Amino acid sequence: MNLAQIIKELDLSVVTHPQDFASIEPSCGYASDLLSCVMSGAQHHGLWVTLQAHANIIAVAALLDLCGIIITEGAAPDAATIAKANEEGINLFTTPRSTFWVVGRLWELGLRDR
Amino acid sequence: MDTSSTDDYRDLTDLEADQITRLEELAYEIKVQEVMTPDPVTVTPETSMNAVLELFRSRRITGAPVVDEGRFVGIISIEDLIRSLIKGDLEAPCSRFMTSTNLITVRPGEPLVEALKVFVNSRVGRLPVTEDGQTVVGILTKGDITRGLLSALKRDIQAEEMRRYRARHLFEDIKSDRTSLILRYNIQPRDFIHGGEASSHIKRALVRLGANPQVARRTGIAVYEAEMNLVIHTTDGGVIRVEIEPHQISMDVYDYGPGIKDIQQAMQPGFSTASEEIRALGFGAGMGLINISRCVDEMNLESTWGKGTRLRMKIFLNDEEAVGEGYQLKETGT
Repeated sequence: MNLAQIIKELDLSVVTHPQDFASIEPSCGYASDLLSCVMSGAQHHGLWVTLQAHANIIAVAALLDLCGIIITEGAAPDAATIAKANEEGINLFTTPRSTFWVVGRLWELGLRDR
Repeated sequence: MDTSSTDDYRDLTDLEADQITRLEELAYEIKVQEVMTPDPVTVTPETSMNAVLELFRSRRITGAPVVDEGRFVGIISIEDLIRSLIKGDLEAPCSRFMTSTNLITVRPGEPLVEALKVFVNSRVGRLPVTEDGQTVVGILTKGDITRGLLSALKRDIQAEEMRRYRARHLFEDIKSDRTSLILRYNIQPRDFIHGGEASSHIKRALVRLGANPQVARRTGIAVYEAEMNLVIHTTDGGVIRVEIEPHQISMDVYDYGPGIKDIQQAMQPGFSTASEEIRALGFGAGMGLINISRCVDEMNLESTWGKGTRLRMKIFLNDEEAVGEGYQLKETGT
């Protein structure tokens, strides 16, 4: 399961620079809105689902070497957050759907928690 | 095109991710004259289409500026040549088939992005380069731009590799009984915009110094939690001091208030004194200190209410993980 398939199947909006998404395969998934939980629970090169959209999520993702963040519930990262994500090479996606829906779809597609 | 460069940067994943924005920057930095083909082959209006065909074939080009007594008057391209072939009119002078109106040129000192805009907005295959609109000093194709950008990127990557190489050998090159590198960061209270930058910088420094990626991540996480504690809780911010030695990383984080009332309680998972506003941002889960203790080998927290807090952490590195001694990327798996 690569990011290109995930973007297509979940109809995600890509807010950072486009990449060769077909070549990026998330190792696993993680969902939480508490940054410290993400710090301790997310596996590196994983995909993180959250409704936080502020700049600090980029720092968390960069420190953990995550391959991307799906921001749910229509929350929109501001320009500074997007710029920081581009700078750190973190892929940012948005969706109006809920975290529950996104995680459910990812699980159906075969993504697991580790 | 030099295809070996694509293999060169397969290893550098985080750098690679930066390449797209870097490409955009390069399009503004590089000047047309740096990538154009200088002194291109030109023809005159009187040159026969036969001679043009022979020239294109022998020089393996697909177009040339038409110059009349030193003045740029048109462009003859392979499409014009095909039209003359269809008409069976190869004896005709190229002035009959060349494009001589709406000629677009670029200046040698313009940034590449200007030429890129022309290529995107028009159907031209090549752009004559001229300072005064008369004297052709070069010709620019899309291929020249691609080659120019790729070789600039390759230079960038080589420079980064050189920096990493130097950094990796920093400790062995400097002779002393004990060499260390100290990094200091001043952290501002309530600065959520820059919060997390110091830990990112420290992690990047470690990667550059050739640290094991796992060690770089552990250090990054520990410092991040401490850094966010300074941002969230302190009255006047604080200082992060990281000392890197080949076999240990010592992190010292201190502030001057308000201090922790009950350290035992602060260490409980889920305990936090963060405000509702800060919790809404996803901080204050009461997991920070727990995360730190998971990531470091030694942790020492001292605090006096009303005075301040000092958190000291250490990560010990075995020979295989040692920083700055030519450690090779060995990480396997995902």
